[in-house]
Amino acid sequence: MLRSIRDGDKLLVGLDGELDHFCAQSVRRELDGLLSDAAVRHLILDFSGLTFMDSSGIGVILGRYRILRDRGGDVAVIHMNSHISRIFRMSGMNKVIRELDQKQEARR
Amino acid sequence: MKHQNEMQITFPSLPENESFARVVVAAFAVQLCPTLSEIADIKTAVSEAVTNAIVHGYEGTCGLVTLSAAIRDRDLLTIEVRDNGKGIPDIPQAMEPFYTTHPEQERSGMGFAVMQTFMDDLTVDSTPGSGTTVRMTKRIHADKRW
Repeated sequence: MLRSIRDGDKLLVGLDGELDHFCAQSVRRELDGLLSDAAVRHLILDFSGLTFMDSSGIGVILGRYRILRDRGGDVAVIHMNSHISRIFRMSGMNKVIRELDQKQEARR
Repeated sequence: MKHQNEMQITFPSLPENESFARVVVAAFAVQLCPTLSEIADIKTAVSEAVTNAIVHGYEGTCGLVTLSAAIRDRDLLTIEVRDNGKGIPDIPQAMEPFYTTHPEQERSGMGFAVMQTFMDDLTVDSTPGSGTTVRMTKRIHADKRW
Protein backbone atom coordinates (compact mmCIF):
# COMPACT_ATOMS: atom_id res chain seq x y z
CA MET A 1 0.00 0.00 0.00
CA LEU A 2 1.52 3.31 -1.08
CA ARG A 3 1.47 6.32 1.21
CA SER A 4 -0.10 9.32 -0.47
CA ILE A 5 -1.10 12.89 0.33
CA ARG A 6 -3.43 14.87 -1.94
CA ASP A 7 -3.38 18.67 -2.19
CA GLY A 8 -5.61 20.02 -4.97
CA ASP A 9 -4.20 18.82 -8.29
CA LYS A 10 -0.98 17.60 -6.63
CA LEU A 11 -0.39 14.11 -5.32
CA LEU A 12 2.60 13.15 -3.18
CA VAL A 13 3.30 9.41 -3.12
CA GLY A 14 5.97 7.69 -1.03
CA LEU A 15 7.66 4.63 -2.53
CA ASP A 16 9.11 2.17 -0.03
CA GLY A 17 11.33 -0.85 -0.36
CA GLU A 18 12.50 -2.01 -3.78
CA LEU A 19 11.32 -1.19 -7.28
CA ASP A 20 12.30 -4.03 -9.60
CA HIS A 21 10.38 -6.03 -12.24
CA PHE A 22 8.64 -8.11 -9.57
CA CYS A 23 7.47 -5.09 -7.53
CA ALA A 24 6.75 -2.92 -10.59
CA GLN A 25 3.41 -4.50 -11.35
CA SER A 26 1.83 -3.74 -7.96
CA VAL A 27 3.38 -0.25 -7.80
CA ARG A 28 2.05 0.50 -11.30
CA ARG A 29 -1.42 -0.76 -10.36
CA GLU A 30 -1.55 1.30 -7.17
CA LEU A 31 -0.24 4.44 -8.84
CA ASP A 32 -2.75 4.11 -11.66
CA GLY A 33 -5.51 3.72 -9.08
CA LEU A 34 -4.45 6.99 -7.47
CA LEU A 35 -4.15 8.68 -10.89
CA SER A 36 -7.59 7.50 -12.00
CA ASP A 37 -8.84 10.80 -10.60
CA ALA A 38 -8.29 12.96 -13.68
CA ALA A 39 -8.05 16.08 -11.51
CA VAL A 40 -4.57 14.97 -10.43
CA ARG A 41 -2.07 16.70 -12.70
CA HIS A 42 1.14 16.77 -10.69
CA LEU A 43 2.68 13.63 -9.21
CA ILE A 44 5.56 13.94 -6.75
CA LEU A 45 7.31 10.67 -5.92
CA ASP A 46 9.09 10.57 -2.56
CA PHE A 47 12.05 8.17 -2.82
CA SER A 48 13.20 8.50 0.81
CA GLY A 49 12.04 4.93 1.56
CA LEU A 50 13.19 3.43 -1.74
CA THR A 51 16.24 1.22 -1.17
CA PHE A 52 16.68 -0.23 -4.67
CA MET A 53 15.61 0.54 -8.21
CA ASP A 54 16.65 -0.94 -11.56
CA SER A 55 15.53 -0.23 -15.12
CA SER A 56 12.07 -1.68 -14.41
CA GLY A 57 11.54 1.44 -12.29
CA ILE A 58 12.35 3.61 -15.31
CA GLY A 59 9.45 2.01 -17.18
CA VAL A 60 7.03 2.55 -14.29
CA ILE A 61 7.95 6.21 -13.81
CA LEU A 62 7.99 7.07 -17.53
CA GLY A 63 4.62 5.34 -17.96
CA ARG A 64 3.08 7.55 -15.24
CA TYR A 65 4.82 10.59 -16.75
CA ARG A 66 3.07 9.93 -20.08
CA ILE A 67 -0.32 9.75 -18.36
CA LEU A 68 0.19 13.10 -16.63
CA ARG A 69 1.82 14.77 -19.63
CA ASP A 70 -1.34 14.01 -21.61
CA ARG A 71 -3.26 15.93 -18.92
CA GLY A 72 -0.86 18.86 -19.11
CA GLY A 73 0.81 17.82 -15.88
CA ASP A 74 4.16 16.41 -14.80
CA VAL A 75 6.07 14.10 -12.48
CA ALA A 76 8.75 15.17 -10.02
CA VAL A 77 10.83 13.28 -7.48
CA ILE A 78 12.28 14.10 -4.07
CA HIS A 79 14.82 12.43 -1.79
CA MET A 80 16.60 10.47 -4.51
CA ASN A 81 19.78 8.65 -3.44
CA SER A 82 22.95 8.83 -5.50
CA HIS A 83 22.52 5.39 -7.07
CA ILE A 84 18.97 6.02 -8.28
CA SER A 85 20.09 9.47 -9.42
CA ARG A 86 22.69 7.76 -11.61
CA ILE A 87 20.00 5.58 -13.22
CA PHE A 88 17.93 8.72 -13.81
CA ARG A 89 20.81 10.47 -15.55
CA MET A 90 21.94 7.53 -17.69
CA SER A 91 18.40 6.91 -18.95
CA GLY A 92 17.78 10.60 -19.64
CA MET A 93 14.83 10.65 -17.23
CA ASN A 94 16.28 13.71 -15.54
CA LYS A 95 15.38 15.65 -18.71
CA VAL A 96 11.63 15.12 -18.27
CA ILE A 97 11.30 14.42 -14.55
CA ARG A 98 12.51 17.12 -12.21
CA GLU A 99 14.19 16.46 -8.92
CA LEU A 100 12.89 18.82 -6.25
CA ASP A 101 14.74 19.80 -3.11
CA GLN A 102 12.83 20.12 0.16
CA LYS A 103 12.30 23.88 -0.19
CA GLN A 104 10.85 23.48 -3.68
CA GLU A 105 8.62 20.69 -2.41
CA ALA A 106 7.30 22.91 0.39
CA ARG A 107 6.48 25.69 -2.08
CA ARG A 108 4.55 23.44 -4.42
CA MET B 1 48.23 -17.58 -2.46
CA LYS B 2 45.78 -15.94 -4.81
CA HIS B 3 42.37 -15.24 -3.37
CA GLN B 4 39.91 -17.31 -5.38
CA ASN B 5 36.37 -18.34 -4.67
CA GLU B 6 33.23 -19.21 -6.58
CA MET B 7 29.53 -19.95 -6.17
CA GLN B 8 26.63 -21.16 -8.29
CA ILE B 9 22.90 -21.38 -7.77
CA THR B 10 20.03 -22.44 -10.02
CA PHE B 11 16.48 -21.26 -9.50
CA PRO B 12 13.16 -21.17 -11.37
CA SER B 13 12.50 -18.12 -13.55
CA LEU B 14 10.08 -16.55 -11.08
CA PRO B 15 10.08 -12.74 -10.69
CA GLU B 16 10.23 -13.28 -6.92
CA ASN B 17 13.78 -14.61 -7.42
CA GLU B 18 15.12 -11.34 -8.89
CA SER B 19 15.61 -9.94 -5.40
CA PHE B 20 17.00 -13.25 -4.13
CA ALA B 21 19.57 -13.40 -6.95
CA ARG B 22 20.96 -9.89 -6.45
CA VAL B 23 21.19 -10.33 -2.68
CA VAL B 24 23.07 -13.63 -3.11
CA VAL B 25 25.72 -12.03 -5.34
CA ALA B 26 25.99 -9.00 -3.04
CA ALA B 27 26.54 -11.33 -0.06
CA PHE B 28 29.17 -13.28 -2.02
CA ALA B 29 30.96 -10.06 -3.01
CA VAL B 30 31.18 -8.80 0.59
CA GLN B 31 34.43 -10.74 1.08
CA LEU B 32 36.05 -8.23 -1.32
CA CYS B 33 35.08 -5.36 1.05
CA PRO B 34 33.27 -3.39 -1.68
CA THR B 35 31.95 0.11 -1.07
CA LEU B 36 28.20 0.60 -0.74
CA SER B 37 28.24 2.13 -4.21
CA GLU B 38 29.97 -0.95 -5.66
CA ILE B 39 27.44 -3.22 -3.95
CA ALA B 40 24.60 -1.16 -5.46
CA ASP B 41 26.24 -1.43 -8.92
CA ILE B 42 26.54 -5.22 -8.62
CA LYS B 43 22.98 -5.69 -7.35
CA THR B 44 21.57 -3.55 -10.14
CA ALA B 45 23.51 -5.35 -12.89
CA VAL B 46 22.50 -8.80 -11.57
CA SER B 47 18.89 -7.68 -11.29
CA GLU B 48 18.92 -6.56 -14.94
CA ALA B 49 20.46 -9.80 -16.22
CA VAL B 50 18.12 -12.04 -14.20
CA THR B 51 15.08 -9.96 -15.19
CA ASN B 52 16.08 -10.30 -18.85
CA ALA B 53 16.27 -14.09 -18.45
CA ILE B 54 12.82 -14.20 -16.86
CA VAL B 55 11.04 -11.64 -19.06
CA HIS B 56 12.73 -12.21 -22.42
CA GLY B 57 14.44 -15.62 -22.16
CA TYR B 58 11.44 -17.50 -20.86
CA GLU B 59 8.71 -14.93 -21.61
CA GLY B 60 6.56 -15.91 -18.63
CA THR B 61 7.07 -19.65 -19.04
CA CYS B 62 8.98 -21.43 -16.30
CA GLY B 63 12.57 -22.46 -16.88
CA LEU B 64 15.77 -22.48 -14.90
CA VAL B 65 18.20 -19.61 -14.43
CA THR B 66 21.76 -20.40 -13.36
CA LEU B 67 23.67 -17.66 -11.60
CA SER B 68 27.35 -18.06 -10.88
CA ALA B 69 29.98 -15.73 -9.53
CA ALA B 70 33.71 -16.02 -9.00
CA ILE B 71 36.53 -14.02 -7.51
CA ARG B 72 39.84 -14.11 -9.37
CA ASP B 73 43.09 -12.20 -9.06
CA ARG B 74 42.18 -10.98 -5.56
CA ASP B 75 39.75 -8.26 -6.65
CA LEU B 76 38.09 -9.29 -9.92
CA LEU B 77 34.45 -10.30 -9.57
CA THR B 78 32.94 -12.22 -12.48
CA ILE B 79 29.23 -12.92 -12.72
CA GLU B 80 27.42 -15.19 -15.18
CA VAL B 81 23.66 -15.43 -15.71
CA ARG B 82 22.53 -18.27 -17.96
CA ASP B 83 19.10 -19.31 -19.21
CA ASN B 84 17.92 -21.99 -21.62
CA GLY B 85 15.20 -19.80 -23.08
CA LYS B 86 14.38 -18.54 -26.55
CA GLY B 87 17.67 -16.69 -27.10
CA ILE B 88 18.37 -13.34 -28.73
CA PRO B 89 18.33 -13.26 -32.56
CA ASP B 90 20.14 -9.91 -32.87
CA ILE B 91 22.40 -9.12 -29.90
CA PRO B 92 23.65 -5.67 -31.08
CA GLN B 93 20.03 -4.56 -31.57
CA ALA B 94 19.00 -5.94 -28.15
CA MET B 95 21.84 -3.98 -26.54
CA GLU B 96 20.81 -0.66 -28.04
CA PRO B 97 19.53 1.69 -25.32
CA PHE B 98 15.71 1.94 -25.32
CA TYR B 99 15.29 -1.05 -27.65
CA THR B 100 12.61 -3.36 -26.23
CA THR B 101 10.45 -6.13 -27.59
CA HIS B 102 7.89 -5.46 -24.84
CA PRO B 103 6.93 -1.77 -24.89
CA GLU B 104 3.37 -2.75 -23.88
CA GLN B 105 4.78 -3.97 -20.56
CA GLU B 106 6.53 -0.62 -20.09
CA ARG B 107 9.94 -2.27 -20.41
CA SER B 108 12.42 0.58 -20.70
CA GLY B 109 14.94 -1.17 -22.96
CA MET B 110 17.74 0.01 -20.66
CA GLY B 111 18.74 -3.34 -19.11
CA PHE B 112 21.96 -3.92 -21.06
CA ALA B 113 22.86 -0.21 -20.86
CA VAL B 114 22.59 -0.39 -17.06
CA MET B 115 24.78 -3.53 -16.97
CA GLN B 116 27.38 -1.83 -19.19
CA THR B 117 27.36 1.32 -17.07
CA PHE B 118 27.60 -0.34 -13.68
CA MET B 119 30.06 -3.14 -14.53
CA ASP B 120 33.50 -2.94 -16.15
CA ASP B 121 32.87 -5.47 -18.89
CA LEU B 122 29.85 -7.22 -20.40
CA THR B 123 29.62 -10.01 -22.97
CA VAL B 124 26.46 -11.69 -24.24
CA ASP B 125 26.36 -15.09 -25.96
CA SER B 126 23.06 -16.30 -27.31
CA THR B 127 21.74 -18.99 -29.59
CA PRO B 128 18.13 -18.64 -30.73
CA GLY B 129 16.18 -21.59 -29.37
CA SER B 130 18.90 -22.60 -26.91
CA GLY B 131 19.37 -19.73 -24.49
CA THR B 132 21.49 -16.78 -23.44
CA THR B 133 24.55 -16.33 -21.24
CA VAL B 134 25.47 -12.90 -19.88
CA ARG B 135 28.97 -12.48 -18.39
CA MET B 136 29.97 -9.41 -16.45
CA THR B 137 33.12 -8.45 -14.61
CA LYS B 138 33.92 -5.74 -12.11
CA ARG B 139 37.17 -4.95 -10.38
CA ILE B 140 36.38 -4.06 -6.78
CA HIS B 141 38.16 -1.08 -5.26
CA ALA B 142 40.12 -0.80 -8.48
CA ASP B 143 40.94 2.83 -7.78
CA LYS B 144 42.06 2.28 -4.20
CA ARG B 145 44.52 -0.60 -4.56
CA TRP B 146 48.20 -0.38 -5.45
